[in-house]
Amino acid sequence: MISILIGLLCTIGAVAILIAAIGILRMPDFYLRLSVTVKAATLGGGLLLLSAAFYFPEEVSVTTKALAIIFFLTLTAPVAAHLIGRTAYFIGTEKWKGTVRDDLAGMYDKDTHQLSSGDATEGDSVSHPSS
Amino acid sequence: MVKQFLMNLLLAFTWVALTGVLSYSNFLFGFAIGFFLLWVMNRNESDHRYFTRVPKIIGFFLYFLYEMIRANVQVAYDLITPKFFMQPGIVKYPMNAKSDFEINLLSTVISLTPGTLILDVSEDRKVLYIHVMYLKDKDQFIQQIKDGFERRLLEIIR
Repeated sequence: MISILIGLLCTIGAVAILIAAIGILRMPDFYLRLSVTVKAATLGGGLLLLSAAFYFPEEVSVTTKALAIIFFLTLTAPVAAHLIGRTAYFIGTEKWKGTVRDDLAGMYDKDTHQLSSGDATEGDSVSHPSS
Repeated sequence: MVKQFLMNLLLAFTWVALTGVLSYSNFLFGFAIGFFLLWVMNRNESDHRYFTRVPKIIGFFLYFLYEMIRANVQVAYDLITPKFFMQPGIVKYPMNAKSDFEINLLSTVISLTPGTLILDVSEDRKVLYIHVMYLKDKDQFIQQIKDGFERRLLEIIR
């Protein structure tokens, strides 16, 4: 029973990483490549670690380490993706021709690197409760 | 709230010490028994926050898992079939989260769901810029995140 579970977790994790690898090859622009890679890598690594934790049910230390690695992986991967994506947008990486919408265009201040929310200028934005 | 959580932890460790089996499944079982005991003893008290929050955390975790698997299957299907169905776009998302901690958690959760990626947070902390892979309708997407992740997350934190 437990071996079936381990096999399932291993397989799904490996397939997730494989899909991320195919995604790097096939995706047409940088943002989509980033978008595919980060999540699938986190999910795949997490599932492989989880199957390792199930493989040693007696060893509490192995499970603790596996859970700690999963925790820090999920905590740090989105931050890295955020910074890479922000930098890529700032230096003007090209978007795919099929991109339908870009709300971020013109929001950056080129000198101070500050990003405005654009509420004062745009009329169609959703109103906020005053902070 | 914190007091009840610590009490629950103490009960779980007591259970582990009494049974003498140190493993995660046994610890979780002890935690569940401790939670049930505290819930029974706390029925006449006025502060029920801890007992509504723990089921909500579990519910949020399951919801996140479901969303992640659903979006992963969608992205995987698009990748292994020859034709692209994507309509990528960058959406401005006005958020209700205010403090640093809330924004951090919300952006982590959104970034970890396949198909959506945080590009930046505006300087006045009102707006998130999200790169979306399958953007059919902007308002529908914003409504989906607001009703799904953000509402559940803020219910837990606040």
